[in-house]
Amino acid sequence: MNEVASTMQHVSTNIDPDIDPDREGIEIRDLYKIFGPDAKRHIAAVKAGMGKDELNSKYSHVLGLQNINLSMPGGKITVIMGLSGSGKSTLIRHINGLIEPTVGEVIYDGDDVCKMSPIELRSFRRLKTAMVFQRFALLPHRTVLENTRYGLDIQGIAHSKSEPMAQHWIERVGLKGYERHYPAQLSGGMQQRVGLARALANDADILLMDEAFSALDPLIRMDMQAILLELQEELHKTIVFITHDLDEALRLGDKIAILRDGALEQVGTGQDIVLGPANEYIASFVRDVNRGRVVQAATIARPREEGEELPSLSVPGQMVLEKVARKMTKADTTVAHVVGRKGKSLGIVDLSTLLGSLVTPATAED
Amino acid sequence: MATTCWGLPEALCAFPAIDTTTMREMRRTIDTGFRGLVREWSDVIDAATAPLQSFLNVLEHSFVDAPWVVVLLVLLAVVWAASRSWKTVLGAALAMFAIGWVGLWEDTMVTLAMVTVCTVFAVALGLPVGIFAARSDRVQSIVNPVLDVMQTMPSFVYLIPVVVIFGIGKVPGMIAVVIYAVPPMIRLTSLGIRLVDREVTEAADAFGSSARQKLWNVQLPLALPTIMTGVNQTIMMSLAMVVVASMVGVGGLGRNVLQAINNQFFTIGFLNGFALVAIAIIFDRTSQAFGKRLQKHREAGHE
Ligand SMILES: Nc1ncnc2c1ncn2[C@@H]1O[C@H](COP(=O)(O)OP(=O)(O)OP(=O)(O)O)[C@@H](O)[C@H]1O
Ligand SMILES: [Mg+2]
Repeated sequence: MNEVASTMQHVSTNIDPDIDPDREGIEIRDLYKIFGPDAKRHIAAVKAGMGKDELNSKYSHVLGLQNINLSMPGGKITVIMGLSGSGKSTLIRHINGLIEPTVGEVIYDGDDVCKMSPIELRSFRRLKTAMVFQRFALLPHRTVLENTRYGLDIQGIAHSKSEPMAQHWIERVGLKGYERHYPAQLSGGMQQRVGLARALANDADILLMDEAFSALDPLIRMDMQAILLELQEELHKTIVFITHDLDEALRLGDKIAILRDGALEQVGTGQDIVLGPANEYIASFVRDVNRGRVVQAATIARPREEGEELPSLSVPGQMVLEKVARKMTKADTTVAHVVGRKGKSLGIVDLSTLLGSLVTPATAED
Repeated sequence: MATTCWGLPEALCAFPAIDTTTMREMRRTIDTGFRGLVREWSDVIDAATAPLQSFLNVLEHSFVDAPWVVVLLVLLAVVWAASRSWKTVLGAALAMFAIGWVGLWEDTMVTLAMVTVCTVFAVALGLPVGIFAARSDRVQSIVNPVLDVMQTMPSFVYLIPVVVIFGIGKVPGMIAVVIYAVPPMIRLTSLGIRLVDREVTEAADAFGSSARQKLWNVQLPLALPTIMTGVNQTIMMSLAMVVVASMVGVGGLGRNVLQAINNQFFTIGFLNGFALVAIAIIFDRTSQAFGKRLQKHREAGHE
């Protein structure tokens, strides 16, 4: 166990090498949001450490977000996670200006979204962002095709141009043949595919997804996650994804931010969070997670001992342990060579270390 | 006297009213003042009501003068277009035949023209006011009490100021009807827009809709069923008020009913009453069926 913990220390987040040069990231700086008629007046008190409950009972203002500093890398999926009421929706709505902060900045491409005029904001929303909603938010009186081209209609694009685009995305999300159906005639999963197609048809760099899959049942939800990952593989959008489900966060998130009572508790990769929870609260969150799907081979690789033979099986450094184990079983071996990005050797993984790292610390103690 | 007053002093027994001379003076001053004011403004009032008058005349003539077959076919076509139900069309046809049979065709046409015009005006007036009220809580808080007063006021009372200002005739009657019929339109438009799913309006914002795009693409279409209920109520209230407005000179079925009441003509009263009920049912069925049809796409299941 100790071995695992110590190796973990020097394998830090691997976001940086992947940053997409074509996509701008989103930078949130010193953001505070207080709900109430006199929000600005209470900022000082909150900065001095007044909590959500105290603010509510003393001044009957609601503390939405406090001291948020978060950078969301371009071309990556950033997941914001937290329980109900932790401020996730409030945070994501700052990115497209649906909510104005009490103080703070949201920087995209050098501009502060919060300082945009209504007209600038409108064109920012039309061209740079698209949003997917928890309860789909489709227009019931419009067909699938008409719903999908909604964002393009708003931009004033002629139907002759927007319909082929909408058609393309309808096919990409697997709804070919349903173009003329109304939302009420579709299942929840299919409706959310329309929601996704509508957002993608906009061809915006930023995709905001507020609990987009939370209303779907588990199997459909896995499907949708797979569709999203598959699309992201080629689209490289800057996605902000909200969920209250840790498994979903770990599956989708290149970077995960955990919110609690409006404050960020921890930010990092899924692996960072699972292996090094910042506090007891997060530890209790991640206790029961399936580590095999999170921890990567590079994390537990040990240096090759002198004279040790190079294993015939080699696996990439970011491969998760579950997959490594599967490969080992298939190849009928107990050791694998871990190889980094440019073919650099990162060390050796053997089955016993691997098994050890799959067991959670809590269970190890009993 | 003292016995009928249970031994109470005079002032507590007979209500201490203003004495008749003062009252007469007061009445005279107010009435002449008001009349003078109206007379002074009569040009403006006439100019304002003239287009209404001619519009109403044209419509009434086209209803009355057109051959009954044409009117009937147009009417049935409208009923069919709105309701898409043969049953409703058949019912309307039977009712109209019965009305024509008992010799009330012309009066019915007059009433129909009046109700049509009044409904159009009430909707045209109520819709924008309702939209404003939906957009701003301030406007809503001003409009609401006014509507409350309007809706509690007995329909007769509307006739008083209208008659004083505009005199007797079709146009004053129409104005009274429109004012009487507009509140449900305003209320239900505002309510309908306010009840639109917040997430959907948020989606409209998130995709960068302008206020106008949001109104036309999202708010009005989604509020339409509620707005149609408003239209339906407005039609019904117009019809009711057109009958009352016969007291200030509006013709048609209402006047017959009024005469029947004054002279105790049982048969005429009954037949005219029947004609009014028949029209009311046709209007109601048709507009409700239209409202339902608009919501068809909301039903689940494959077509
Ligand atoms: N308009 C508002 N006025 C007052 N308080 C608000 C408003 N919007 C949100 N809040 C409060 O801010 C806090 C965060 O709300 P938010 O909707 O962002 O939570 P969430 O994490 O999205 O929760 P959920 O998982 O339930 O969607 C809550 O305590 C909520 O009551
Ligand atoms: Mg939320």
